[in-house]
Amino acid sequence: MQQYFYELADHITRGIESGEVALITFDAEQSEFVRFNRSAVRQPGSVAQRYLSIDLIRKQRHARSYTALAGDASTDRKRADALLAELREQLPHVPEDPYLLYSTEVHSTERLGESRLPDRDAALGAILDAGKGRDLVGIYAQGGIFSGFANSLGQRNWFSSYSFNLDWSFYLQDDKAVKTSYAGFAWDTAEFARKVESAAEQLSILARPPKTVQPGQYRVYLAPAALAEFTAMLAWDGFGMKAHRTKSTPLLKMIEEGRRLSPAVTMRENTRDGIAPNFQSAGFIKPDEVVLIEKGSYRDTLVSPRTAKEYGVKPNGASGSESPDSFDMDGGDLPLAEAAQRLDTGVYINQLWYLNYSDRPACRITGMTRFATFWVENGRIAAPLAVMRFDETAYRVLGENLVSLTREREFMPDPHTYEARSTSSARLPGAVVDKFTFTL
Amino acid sequence: MLETLESLFRQVMPRVDFCSLRFVNERQEYVSVRQDVPQPVLRASDVGAMITVLHGGGMGYGATSELTASGLRWAADQAAYWARRTAGHSVLDFRKIKPPQVSAEYAGPEEVPWETVSLEDKYALLMQECRRLKTDDRIVYWEAAIWHTEKETLYVTSSGSRIFQRFSYMVPYLKATANAKSITQTRTLGGRGYCRQGGMEMLDGVGFRTAAPQIAADAIALLSAPNCPTEKMDLVLAPDQAILQVHESVGHPLELDRILGDERNYAGTSFVKPEMFGKYRYGSDLLNITYDPTRPEQFSSFAYDDDGLKAEMHFLIEKGILRRGLGGLSSQLRSGIPGVANSRASSWNRPPIDRMANLNLEPGDKSFDAIIAGVRRGIFMRTNCSWSIDDSRNKFQFGCEWAQLIQHGKLTAVVRNPNYRGISATFWRSLKMVGNESTFEVLGTPNCGKGEPNQIMRVGHAAPVCVFGEVDVFGGE
Repeated sequence: MQQYFYELADHITRGIESGEVALITFDAEQSEFVRFNRSAVRQPGSVAQRYLSIDLIRKQRHARSYTALAGDASTDRKRADALLAELREQLPHVPEDPYLLYSTEVHSTERLGESRLPDRDAALGAILDAGKGRDLVGIYAQGGIFSGFANSLGQRNWFSSYSFNLDWSFYLQDDKAVKTSYAGFAWDTAEFARKVESAAEQLSILARPPKTVQPGQYRVYLAPAALAEFTAMLAWDGFGMKAHRTKSTPLLKMIEEGRRLSPAVTMRENTRDGIAPNFQSAGFIKPDEVVLIEKGSYRDTLVSPRTAKEYGVKPNGASGSESPDSFDMDGGDLPLAEAAQRLDTGVYINQLWYLNYSDRPACRITGMTRFATFWVENGRIAAPLAVMRFDETAYRVLGENLVSLTREREFMPDPHTYEARSTSSARLPGAVVDKFTFTL
Repeated sequence: MLETLESLFRQVMPRVDFCSLRFVNERQEYVSVRQDVPQPVLRASDVGAMITVLHGGGMGYGATSELTASGLRWAADQAAYWARRTAGHSVLDFRKIKPPQVSAEYAGPEEVPWETVSLEDKYALLMQECRRLKTDDRIVYWEAAIWHTEKETLYVTSSGSRIFQRFSYMVPYLKATANAKSITQTRTLGGRGYCRQGGMEMLDGVGFRTAAPQIAADAIALLSAPNCPTEKMDLVLAPDQAILQVHESVGHPLELDRILGDERNYAGTSFVKPEMFGKYRYGSDLLNITYDPTRPEQFSSFAYDDDGLKAEMHFLIEKGILRRGLGGLSSQLRSGIPGVANSRASSWNRPPIDRMANLNLEPGDKSFDAIIAGVRRGIFMRTNCSWSIDDSRNKFQFGCEWAQLIQHGKLTAVVRNPNYRGISATFWRSLKMVGNESTFEVLGTPNCGKGEPNQIMRVGHAAPVCVFGEVDVFGGE
């Protein structure tokens, strides 16, 4: 695939005229998707997709277009030629772009994945076996993901990864379920069996008579997946420079009022330890890390090339959305095994769901508990809890009411497959939080 | 190209019980001006095909952007492999499906085609509207944009069906953000809700060329407005919030695939159970919800869904009673519940699932003035900006960009950060007034997410102004 892209990029570069620059990106995947419900197969299939984009630049004018590729070299060269001709025809009709910025330093990189994927037939068999006698629902995805960048200045970047992700739930009844994921690069039968067994054990707790609590403030433990949902909201304009400069950031009070999170909170875009490509569509290379929040204080933002040009600062490899791809939050000093004890009496939340801002400038977020949520008494799980709505600010959850962060952190590849399989990830600890407000 | 594709499909069609090809060719263009600076135009072209096989009780699909004999053969082989491999392990014995046999063509409306207006003229229009948003130094971000998509689909089957459909989608957008120290407030042209099918003519139908000054004035007014009070009061929803309420707490709960459990690992389940159809009181007598493909300009009007089922208007909820679900052929067969033609895929690379199409709240008999006059203590909210609901689609909390209090039948003070919460199963029973045709607006959303693998879908909604009694309303910090 790498050679295919580089040859196509070479072909496009040969078609570039004097005074023109081309920025070329490539995204492809070959994926198997098997969807399950009630331990049976709902929809299984295979998808092969390849996309090319060309940004053609002449002085301050440029035009970008994106097209599906066939995968056949002859057909795709013709498509690329047609695309280039179309862009060249458009250039005189587009306005000059004062914020155009692309990398003129040639910095070629490659990150090559090795395929150790399981046989799809065997993976399907293992999942069907795990579902026997249980109610399993979810999605299995596996295959190669490929990204490339090239420009007519000679830069070449390549990323490939071969991964699988089984994102599934065991259901007991109604909304009583345990959600788990098993993701990686090589299938480990023993590891999968442990995950299945652990989920089944939690499911047995859900069979106990449920407890209902009234809206109010409770001490809670947010497991890493729950905390990841909460911090993902901050990533929605919270860490981008454009949102900061236009006062649209949910962290506005950190800028305007000097608000701080707990000194225990440090967040970063950790490209080095993530699973996403380290390059972006204007040819800039991402640094190994960008510290976003350091010991509770706002530090740096993610800066795309356009924003950098607009505000006269240096870009740091961010894409246009200026949100983290490889989110990382430091752990604390609480051993994970002692999380329930530190919680003492309160709510143990494995997952949060459907979060949104109820007061964006105040960074107040509402959402629901989902899947296995338990009432804990004296450090021991006492009963499953019905779903509850919360409404809380980040300044309280990650600030004045934060009790502890766990020492251990969990690495969570993003299972999302909107348009393509995601290469984003998050690595977070769990958190014990006091006075967490439930409203409904 | 289509004839070649059909010919290739016939060449690669495996010997199976049933096989279909669904071809999608989509071209998009996004033109925008931000803070009076034209942004680079974004163009995208996506073309590919999915081959679906039903065989021996199993089903499978293969999807490719390689529309050659070898590419389609690969897709057909994958589809046949999965169908054979999963036969006997599927949620449904697919031999029970009787695919419709249809030959038809459909084209959505487009009076002034997108490509007949030059790029310069589009930028000029957007620059003009963008500048009209910057009315004050406190406006710190302002943007005008239009997103256009042209889509062609071809569905052909081994049993002789052939359906060709063509659509033109428009999503205009205006946004003004105002700031004063740590208060930031944003107003938009109905979020991205003022989306419809059509050409450039649709911009006048949604007020794109006149809305900017009011949007900017609203954003400025919100800066000095007090926080929304916390109390139980009557809630009056403008159409651009009523559609969100319909979408989240009627549309999603009525999707048959949710009720069947397909979405339990991702988008969620439903508080609606199969036994509730035909008798459950979903809302007050004033609640009439339709699946309505008959308004061509509405965002998700089409003649046939992606499994070839003909789209026809149906009442899902009639005078408050639940009648019918949102489910295509296979969900209807699995659940035994009557559904509609709404098996839809986001593109060629995702399989069809149950989606909302056009889901409308039918108008009642009250003018806007009569509605406001009929409220003693209440609040009028417009334009959704926050949405959250539990996985059974019951406990919801929604927020709006703009609100005005109502006191003794009159609109009074503007308040900021308006939110309200409730429970779907009881909320619709508190529907106490429904606006007439004069308050009815045809809207939609381009971004409904659901499914595994994930899919983003265009959905149409139309609604009048609505009033709900004694709702929990509250503001920000």
